[in-house]
Amino acid sequence: MLINKRLILAHFWLAFIVFGAALVLGAWQMFERSPLNVWHFNPEFYYRSVTAHGTVMGYVFPTLVAMGFGYAISEAALERPLVGRRWAWAGIALVAIGSVVAMIPVSLGLASVLYTFYPPMIGNAFYYIGVVLVVVGSWIWVALMSINLAVWKRDNRDKPVPLAMFANVAGSYLWGWTAVGAALELIFQIIPTALGLTTTIDAGLARVFFSWTLHAIVYFWLIPTYIAYYTIFPRAIGGRLYSDAMGRVAFIMFVVVAMPIGVHHLFADPQVGAGFKFMQSVFTGLVALPTLLTVFTICASAEIASRLRGGRGAFGWIGALPWKNPIMLATALSLVMLGFGGAGGLINMSYQLNTSIHNTQWITGHFHLIFGGAIVIMYFAIAYDLWPHLTGRTLDSYGMMRTQLWLWFIGMIVTTFPWHYVGILGMPRRMAFYDYANPAIAPQAFSVVISAFGGLILLTSGILFLIVLIRGQFAPRGEAGAYSFAIPLHMPARIPVALNSFGLWLALMIGLTIVNYGYPIGQLMAVKNTSVPAVYVGASR
Amino acid sequence: MTSETDHSPGAHGLGEAVAARIERRWATLSIVIIGVLVGLAAFFGIYHTTMPQGRVETADPTTLHLSGEFVESNLGSVLEVDGSVTVRAIGQQYSFTPQCLVVPAETPITIRATSADVVHGFLIEGTNINTMLVPGYVSDLPISFKAPGEHMMPCQEFCGIGHQGMWGKVKVVDQTTFRNMAASKRRLTCVD
Repeated sequence: MLINKRLILAHFWLAFIVFGAALVLGAWQMFERSPLNVWHFNPEFYYRSVTAHGTVMGYVFPTLVAMGFGYAISEAALERPLVGRRWAWAGIALVAIGSVVAMIPVSLGLASVLYTFYPPMIGNAFYYIGVVLVVVGSWIWVALMSINLAVWKRDNRDKPVPLAMFANVAGSYLWGWTAVGAALELIFQIIPTALGLTTTIDAGLARVFFSWTLHAIVYFWLIPTYIAYYTIFPRAIGGRLYSDAMGRVAFIMFVVVAMPIGVHHLFADPQVGAGFKFMQSVFTGLVALPTLLTVFTICASAEIASRLRGGRGAFGWIGALPWKNPIMLATALSLVMLGFGGAGGLINMSYQLNTSIHNTQWITGHFHLIFGGAIVIMYFAIAYDLWPHLTGRTLDSYGMMRTQLWLWFIGMIVTTFPWHYVGILGMPRRMAFYDYANPAIAPQAFSVVISAFGGLILLTSGILFLIVLIRGQFAPRGEAGAYSFAIPLHMPARIPVALNSFGLWLALMIGLTIVNYGYPIGQLMAVKNTSVPAVYVGASR
Repeated sequence: MTSETDHSPGAHGLGEAVAARIERRWATLSIVIIGVLVGLAAFFGIYHTTMPQGRVETADPTTLHLSGEFVESNLGSVLEVDGSVTVRAIGQQYSFTPQCLVVPAETPITIRATSADVVHGFLIEGTNINTMLVPGYVSDLPISFKAPGEHMMPCQEFCGIGHQGMWGKVKVVDQTTFRNMAASKRRLTCVD
């Protein structure tokens, strides 16, 4: 039962509009830095564009999807109207205002510091303040999710929390805590410097704070996708979820081990010692576990659906799956990209292999494949699945949806595979252009051109996606029925308390973060003379 | 699941047990895979001593040019008495000093580098030599080259609007050539 449809639709529309804008910037960047661009622009435009692209795609777009989907899950899974509707509107208003406040200095070229901030470079204060407002807006959602769960639990003692809501609340806690790292960096280090209250900043410490956010934010982006795997996919293809309990275990593992691993982004940094780098490398290995479990459960759920439809044989059942169903197609393509991206991730987590590709185009390829590919294609699927329920109108341009999903998949492969390859050749990331006439760089030119075409395919797919949604808004009215989630094959008679509540897991989440980050942060705060002069960027300085 | 499925509770319980058993096997296999991967990284880290730098060293970027090991006259490659080579370098917007490093092949080399302003990166193409230069801290990295040759050395971290122009070079020469060069000059570079 979806009550606050306008609230949820507002989140999705705002998310997809900013996504479309950032996608245009991304496609332009792919062209700008390729050999196809014979007349160079001012390189500053490139960094301005990367800052906007990263800020929107990293902070605004997935946050809005998680918030809107979260409200939908809360109402549909708990079967009651959202508590705190006004607060929810305040939350999205803050996200919108924060985005505008951040994007004004970025578009004026006053904050071309990229979305990862990179102190001691310091841009206009309003850029950082805007980002903080976006995060504060999303924290309202975090609070609302846990309040709604608590209200439901009060009236439904001894009942298992529906898996969709359990996962949704897990994701909100994960985000609430992981955003703290960047918030500390912004509030105590960067914003005072940007406002001119201090003129020096400890760049090493700032990088440690940021790594706390930077890795786990990916799991925050991932949670809506995993919720769709577990609770939408089996239902949409007419099957059952193989295991409800394993889903809970996977989401709990993300909450517990997603945070204390961010230092693997700092393997090559001089301000963190070897011990904690190793420790966090081990934890990074652990976080692959929930994904391995999920892949099994989802494939097994697909097999159940296929055999219910008459699929036979050890592999023959794959052909009997409902491939014309967009949710089926999106999930399959998503899992393929997750497989490639995950394999790359296992390479990045090892200190030794990481040195070959650290900060090369390999990394850009890696996270575009995981986030832009495996994760975002399921955001499309979520929108397609929810749209008829939100608009009260039919959404039946299935052929267009399938084309859109295939284009996204092909575009992502064409973009990211050459990106990985030039990374292995040593091509550094985040450069406005390259001297392709240099014989040492010339062999990379062809791959970069291919990548640029991939960017165009992705842009085409993004436009098609928006067309499908707009058509859905003007389609004839149709009753979509109650919104429901997948039913497990075997509903456990009783769910252990540990798999139905968060107390223990939140304690572990905070405890492990403090153990793994406490020492590196404490050490850097204790070491004297590590603050360095801020380097202000921006035309007007 | 066929149409003859027995709906008695016993069969349901049996199906559930089978499902749980398969799931447990997969979970065990997953744990083993991850254990092996982490174990491999740990083993090679210790066996080949491929580990990140052990301790945190600091250097004040505001006085780098005045005193200490990163004054300009001390930058470049130096042949140590034990036959190893130490290379000292700094990164600044938007170049390295020295802009061209010269080192011998088949020789243990220690890179010591830092930044004079913002965060830079230090990547030697065609090798796995890759580290960050964070202002305030010293990066210390043991490296070696198998054969003579030339490598590009880009800054791999966004360091401002001139980042795309920050490319250095590494020239690897054979041991004899390097010794001859070191006989006449205390700090070596290949900046022409």
